[in-house]
Amino acid sequence: MDALDLARWQFGITTVYHFFFVPLTLGLSLLVAVMETLYVRTDNPVYKRMTQFWGRLFLINFAMGVATGIVQEFQFGMNWSEYSRFVGDIFGAPLAIEALLAFFLESTFLGIWIFGWEKLGKRLHCVVMWLVVLGSNISAFWILVANSFMQEPGGFVIRNGRAEMTDFSALLTNPNLWVQFPHVIMGGLATAAFFILGISAFNLLRKKDDASRDFYLKSAQIGLIAGIIGSVLVAMTGHTQAQHMVATQPMKMAAAEALWNNEDPASFSIFTIGNEKNRDDVFAIRIPDLLSVLSYNQFGGQVKGINDLQAEYVAKYGPGDYVPPVWITYWSFRGMVGAGVLMIVLALYGLFLLWKGKLADRRRYLILLPFAIALPYIANTAGWIMTEIGRQPWVVQGLMKTEAGVSTTVGTGAVLISLIVFTLLYGVLAVADVVLMLKFSKVPTEPTLAGGEDDAKLLVSAY
Amino acid sequence: MDLNTLWFILIAVLFTGFFFLEGFDYGVGVLMPFLGKNDAERRAVISTIGPFWDGNEVWLLTAGGAIFAAFPNWYATMFSGFYLALLLVLVGLIIRAVGFEFRNRDEREGWRKTWDWAIFAGSLLPAFLWGVAIANLMEGVPIDAKMNYVGGFWNLLNPYALLGGVTFLALFVLHGAIFLSLKTENELQERAFKIAGRVWGPTVLLVLAFVVFGYMATDIFGRLGVNPGVAPVGAAAALLASGWFIRARRSGWAFTMTGLTIALATVTIFSGLFPRVMISSLNPDYSLTVYNASSSQYTLGVMSWVAITFVPVVLGYQAWNYWVFRKRVSVHHSGGHI
Ligand code: HDD
Ligand code: HEM
Ligand code: HEM
Repeated sequence: MDALDLARWQFGITTVYHFFFVPLTLGLSLLVAVMETLYVRTDNPVYKRMTQFWGRLFLINFAMGVATGIVQEFQFGMNWSEYSRFVGDIFGAPLAIEALLAFFLESTFLGIWIFGWEKLGKRLHCVVMWLVVLGSNISAFWILVANSFMQEPGGFVIRNGRAEMTDFSALLTNPNLWVQFPHVIMGGLATAAFFILGISAFNLLRKKDDASRDFYLKSAQIGLIAGIIGSVLVAMTGHTQAQHMVATQPMKMAAAEALWNNEDPASFSIFTIGNEKNRDDVFAIRIPDLLSVLSYNQFGGQVKGINDLQAEYVAKYGPGDYVPPVWITYWSFRGMVGAGVLMIVLALYGLFLLWKGKLADRRRYLILLPFAIALPYIANTAGWIMTEIGRQPWVVQGLMKTEAGVSTTVGTGAVLISLIVFTLLYGVLAVADVVLMLKFSKVPTEPTLAGGEDDAKLLVSAY
Repeated sequence: MDLNTLWFILIAVLFTGFFFLEGFDYGVGVLMPFLGKNDAERRAVISTIGPFWDGNEVWLLTAGGAIFAAFPNWYATMFSGFYLALLLVLVGLIIRAVGFEFRNRDEREGWRKTWDWAIFAGSLLPAFLWGVAIANLMEGVPIDAKMNYVGGFWNLLNPYALLGGVTFLALFVLHGAIFLSLKTENELQERAFKIAGRVWGPTVLLVLAFVVFGYMATDIFGRLGVNPGVAPVGAAAALLASGWFIRARRSGWAFTMTGLTIALATVTIFSGLFPRVMISSLNPDYSLTVYNASSSQYTLGVMSWVAITFVPVVLGYQAWNYWVFRKRVSVHHSGGHI
């Protein structure tokens, strides 16, 4: 492996790892804010306990998001210095704006929220949480502005040997951004929803006393509502994203469908084992016409295949291999969509049980839910892998290849060291994170607020 | 003033804010195991920066982002050039961030000891390495005609840079000790004063050595001339005054003084660099400047509007944060309640 391969692995590992925590932050901050708002509105102490119980899990997750995010901010310069020189005029701006607008907001108000339970009034404290929600969503927005430029560059000219920004508003009106942002946000909501559902179900199965039952049932209700909204909307926005992809990154779609040649009407693959070298199917189950329907909302319409696109790109960009790793793109797409469908089914069935008033008693359903926490994580990770790998060999679509972006002065040894260090460190942190998550998802639900409780207890529960 | 200069100033301001704020954070992290004799005390020490440290760290993230946006070549050259050093900084910042959030979440002795160690090392390492990095920026590093750093890792650890590292560390520890004397009470406060008093002397000597050797190793101080101007003189005077205020047990004033020292020293260093952002030790013509390393005028213009609009807002709510938590932290009642 050379420095380029190692740098890719490092980028992939650190970014996937960062995004392991980001969706939960996005969604859970929102749901915790909703819980706290319910508390302010109703004065019912159960909502306060809820805010604190889920807030604590949120904080544990948030710490990991912050710790892994710091790496992201610097690794474009560290490993991708040629990339940074070439597109920095455009790409740097959203990153700087993200820090200024989002990270300050999020970190400052979260500090106030954690330590401010007694120092601020009830209402103000709740407003502070909403500011945290705002911060994390603004953060997602600006980082996706940056990523959308890589998927669909616009508003620039090539001048002075690099890409220079000519129109800032083009970054903000990038069509890719407006299909991507809602999908990511809804993915976050779905993640938090299944997180809450899974942990609530686990505790409903274990605890029989009325107080816990009430607490976890109420939590599960919030999780279910968010779960329905999140999983249905993530699929709908995903669908628009796919249609957009057919129009702007047809090669990615062709790879995601293992569609070797142009088809009109195009078939949708259920299961394909292909031969990447020969570019043909070894074994495939395909539904005729469905891909055209999904792509254009109508019967018929040509969807381009890998071979035809490859020929097209050679004519346009010169000789080279423009086919991304088909196997990874194809299966990551299936992984995401499969997980999404399961989530919708689970959420709908849960809603049905809730409506019948049987949610807390259907053991077979409750047993499934803790395992279902994995689904949104699979979908989120697979989604990004498909998005990024499916764009290869480009790092900026049609403009710059990944191999041209790597740092020329960082040797193989240095990247190998950092790759090993990050992998080991992230491994250790994952263990600590899981230990705490497990511990605090079982913690009893008595009030943990100061005022009347003894110091020893405080020491355990406090930050 | 052109936009390139404006952005140089803005980045200098971000680093000033970062060193001022995260400076005492690092100091507190380094002092925590020495100052806190038992678990409750260590916890109280950490609580003094609990609501602030993440917000303070964002000054660094914003400075990094601003360098990327305004001077992409500076961002690319520095971070790829200082690769392994930066890796160490990142490891420090990661274990420190997680340490703050995780340490109190379990009572087991081993768990807490581990994270205390992470907080300590994660504060010491970056504090030292920022000094190394700044000293290297002042001395100049081997940069070729294509703006690439061509030295190795060990190049960065030259004697002057190491002196820079120790000096920064000492200054941050002093700043942190004084911060603790401001935010704690009773015995902890006593100990903080004592440590501040002890660290002050060596810090003054180190800063002196850093400046004296700086005349030989860099052109930054030489450029100041006979009349160095307000910033360097003010930095020196404030450092001396802080010693007096520590003895007089006026923590508020002492803190203002070390803060001034850090801020004015940063200003001195940055104005000594200008218009260069990275000095090439191979050939002065290869140096990166605010002109050859910058973004286009259009990008700088857009970013200026963003900065002018939002920096005051950020300063406003960060100030509010410090106002909300202005009270001293007590050992028996510290921490957030979640
Ligand atoms: C809980 C998470 C989750 C779930 C259930 C889904 N997705 Fe997704 N998807 C993501 C989380 C995600 C993501 C991680 O957020 C991605 C990566 C990049 C992006 O924009 O969003 C993504 C990307 C992504 C892309 C790539 C867009 C591009 O590269 O331009 C498509 C086409 C879809 N999704 C489509 C779908 C469909 C049709 C789903 C149907 C169920 C679906 N996603 C479920
Ligand atoms: C957070 C979710 C993301 C994940 C999981 C992810 C994952 C990946 C992966 C796996 C690659 C490697 C592709 C390959 O080597 O074939 C990659 C490439 C890249 N992505 Fe993303 N990405 C994410 C978001 C982003 C965002 C938001 C940006 C921009 C701010 C970005 C910038 C890049 C860059 C610069 C590369 C080129 C380096 C490379 O190809 O390894 N990514 N990403
Ligand atoms: C779609 C992709 C991404 C989204 C939605 C996102 C969002 C977030 C969010 C919500 C946080 C808050 C902390 C947490 O995660 O719990 C965060 C932290 C952070 N992210 Fe990401 N991020 C993404 C990818 C990236 C990338 C590619 C970078 C690098 C440029 C980055 C840089 C950071 C940094 C520096 C932090 C720490 C902020 C702090 O200290 O408060 N993120 N990110």
